[in-house]
Amino acid sequence: MSLLRAEGLSKEFGGVHAVQALEFAIEPGAVFSIIGPNGAGKTTLLNLITGIYRPNAGRIWLEERELTGHAPHRFAAAGIGRTFQNLQIFFNMSALENVMAGRYLHERCSLAAAMLRLPSLARAERACREEALELLELVGLERFADDGSDGMPYGALKRLEIARALAARPRLLLLDEPAAGLNPTETQEINRLIRQLAARGVTVVLVEHNMSLVMGVSDRVLVLDYGRKLAEGDAESVRRDPRVIEAYLGAEVHDA
Amino acid sequence: MSAQLLQFLFAGLTAGAIYALVALGFSIIYNASQVINFAQGEFVMIGGMATVSFLHLGMPLPLAALAAVAATTLVALALDKLAVERARGASVVTLIIITIGASILLRGLASLVWDKNIHALPAFTGDKPIALGGATLLPQSLWVLGVSLAILAALWWFFNRTLHGKAMLATAHNPLAARLVGISVRRVLLVSFGLSGALGALAGILVAPITFTAWDIGVMLGLKGFAAAILGGLGSGPGAVLGGLVLGLVEALAAGYVSSAYKDVFAFLIILAVLVLMPGGLLGRRAAERV
Amino acid sequence: MLARLGAARTGGLVALALALALLPLVLVNRYLYDVAILVGLNAIVCVGLNLLIGYAGQISLGHAGFFALGGYGSAILAVRYGWPTLAALPVSVCGVTLLAFLVGRPILRLKGHYLAMATLGLGVIITVVLTTEDRFTGGPDGMSVPPLALLGRALGGERAWYWLVGALLIACVWLALNLVESPRGRALRALHGSEVAAEMIGIDSARHKLAVFVLSAGLAAAAGALTAHYSGFITPSQGGFLRSIELVTMVVFGGMASIFGAVVGAAVLTTLPQLLTTLKDYEMVVFGAVMMFTMIFMPRGIVPTVAALFKRRTRQ
Repeated sequence: MSLLRAEGLSKEFGGVHAVQALEFAIEPGAVFSIIGPNGAGKTTLLNLITGIYRPNAGRIWLEERELTGHAPHRFAAAGIGRTFQNLQIFFNMSALENVMAGRYLHERCSLAAAMLRLPSLARAERACREEALELLELVGLERFADDGSDGMPYGALKRLEIARALAARPRLLLLDEPAAGLNPTETQEINRLIRQLAARGVTVVLVEHNMSLVMGVSDRVLVLDYGRKLAEGDAESVRRDPRVIEAYLGAEVHDA
Repeated sequence: MSAQLLQFLFAGLTAGAIYALVALGFSIIYNASQVINFAQGEFVMIGGMATVSFLHLGMPLPLAALAAVAATTLVALALDKLAVERARGASVVTLIIITIGASILLRGLASLVWDKNIHALPAFTGDKPIALGGATLLPQSLWVLGVSLAILAALWWFFNRTLHGKAMLATAHNPLAARLVGISVRRVLLVSFGLSGALGALAGILVAPITFTAWDIGVMLGLKGFAAAILGGLGSGPGAVLGGLVLGLVEALAAGYVSSAYKDVFAFLIILAVLVLMPGGLLGRRAAERV
Repeated sequence: MLARLGAARTGGLVALALALALLPLVLVNRYLYDVAILVGLNAIVCVGLNLLIGYAGQISLGHAGFFALGGYGSAILAVRYGWPTLAALPVSVCGVTLLAFLVGRPILRLKGHYLAMATLGLGVIITVVLTTEDRFTGGPDGMSVPPLALLGRALGGERAWYWLVGALLIACVWLALNLVESPRGRALRALHGSEVAAEMIGIDSARHKLAVFVLSAGLAAAAGALTAHYSGFITPSQGGFLRSIELVTMVVFGGMASIFGAVVGAAVLTTLPQLLTTLKDYEMVVFGAVMMFTMIFMPRGIVPTVAALFKRRTRQ
């Protein structure tokens, strides 16, 4: 059964239909990309399938669980994690603390246990730190561990967000334009990271403008235009679809 | 319409106009700096008290009023130059605390320069009440409403028709972009403070003949003005006016029909209700956070 | 780094305990004890308020309302209904906590200045009700409050109160420090950092905000009840807008997101007016000037600024 499924998804803002009657399914273990021109509704779609926006119509399922209309933290608890197009780093915390915070779902502690500083908590904290450090290593940021996140370079912050999202051990990870603002070398690292995640069994949903990244790493691609599904299929067939070319890719040139 | 209702409406509109002026002062400074100027109420107080002093010195009322507005504007400019500007990089919360300190300082100075007594200002054109539709209206109320309207018209013209005003609005929307097109944000902030000082002073002079003035009237008026600004939607000029009028009317109607003691409770309950239903205030832009 | 954190925390706790233990050496008369006790009670409120403002990033301009309600609740139960004070106090605190829970739910959906206004309105409503319902509350002049009594013996005397408040303060600071360094504390700071990102890692922002709000309201109510029983009377002005502003100022002054900052802020801004009474008419002017000066030159508050200075020195 598909991991994430959406049916008849619609969202409008004061008359503007950002997303209309959208239907798709994401299979587990795949890398699924969503592309489309600016304003096509990609980020709105991401916000809908993470609970940040409530759809005007339509339904969303994670496996057999319906999540339509729930608050974002319920989507997160169900196993969906994400990064943001406009960085939402916790700038009031260090890099390590950002990632440790990401482990919240696995670190449940009651108010009383927290205030009384029960010994089990100290052990859990040490484990949390270890795992957070491992994740920082995975994204190549271990040297920033104790630095305040507000001093880190932009490319590092984008990777920090990924580490934080991974700390929650999501089954589905949504990456909103992870390569935006990155140079080719950094983009290659993102490419490598996504492949590593897929190998680990994390289903990745990628919203991106960088075509070579998308075509190089995706199993399936969904193309949006004016909030509607324009095409869906594997990378090759989408790339060759004349409607997609007309609406988005323009002439048949490879985007570098 | 019953005479009683008419009476309450007059009272409400008069108070509402004053709240609107104070609320505008809050909104203008907020727009330029995201800061809530807790000393705004003190500008109102200084306007009234200074006019009383200048009158005692023998100045005719119009001149005394003008001098008081000028004096208050100077105080406002000083507050910006000496305190707010110095703390430029600080967080909004810190800046707010600075204005709280300023309000305490100004109140302390007021109690020294003047005294702790209540003072009266003569009504502009006498106190003979005018009978209108069964209710009585103080001529001073007409002054309040008339001058407030004139001020609103002037402000509208300034912000929408002059380059300086539009520059200030631009800064409110996007300070960085404003700087990039050559608008001096510091100057905008200075002008905002000056403008708010003048507005506060005018409000204080207009209302002093009706409610008297004293060293500490700024606290409650500032509070009400802030409430009105929030009710209407912080940062919105029309919102400040609407908020002020609604607050004044609710207060007057509650005082008349329910109980004078509980009028503030009513007013704030209404505000709370509005905020819970419309988290951005009546006319506030519900800014969507871009994620 | 955790070790360093640990050191700062233990160091701070030890310093606080030492200060509390040694302070009586300088408290040579009843008045000074009085000031010290009031500092302690204000500090308890400020620790809770700091959790709300500094860590969770919310705001409350009506916390004095909870303070006053705690005091009045206990006083009314004891005086009008004859309850023993040792029962009246906790019941009053629970009542205020419940009120904070009920009111907090809708109010905390607001953000920033709008939340400030809502809490401000709440405080005003509380104060007006306290002033007007004089059959219960004694009206604007307030009412007298019986002293705390344990097994028939009244807890009197500044010394006893001093140790009681001191012990409670240390307990509050310890509990707050534990909370802040726990995963829940991280969740609060995450909320402050970015509410949407916090939600996306599974943090129920509404529930966490409510929990801190209720906790801080409960602390304020407890401090208010203790203050009422200690000073023997209570007036509606103790719940007023100016008092709420005072409390917020103490928190910001001492340093946001700093438990020890809350204690320092309360200490400085409670004793300063007392020191300034010698200046009589100039008290307000000097107080306001000191506030402005300190915030301009130490914008992050006293404790974080001093801590940063210290860190820079040790690095050299």
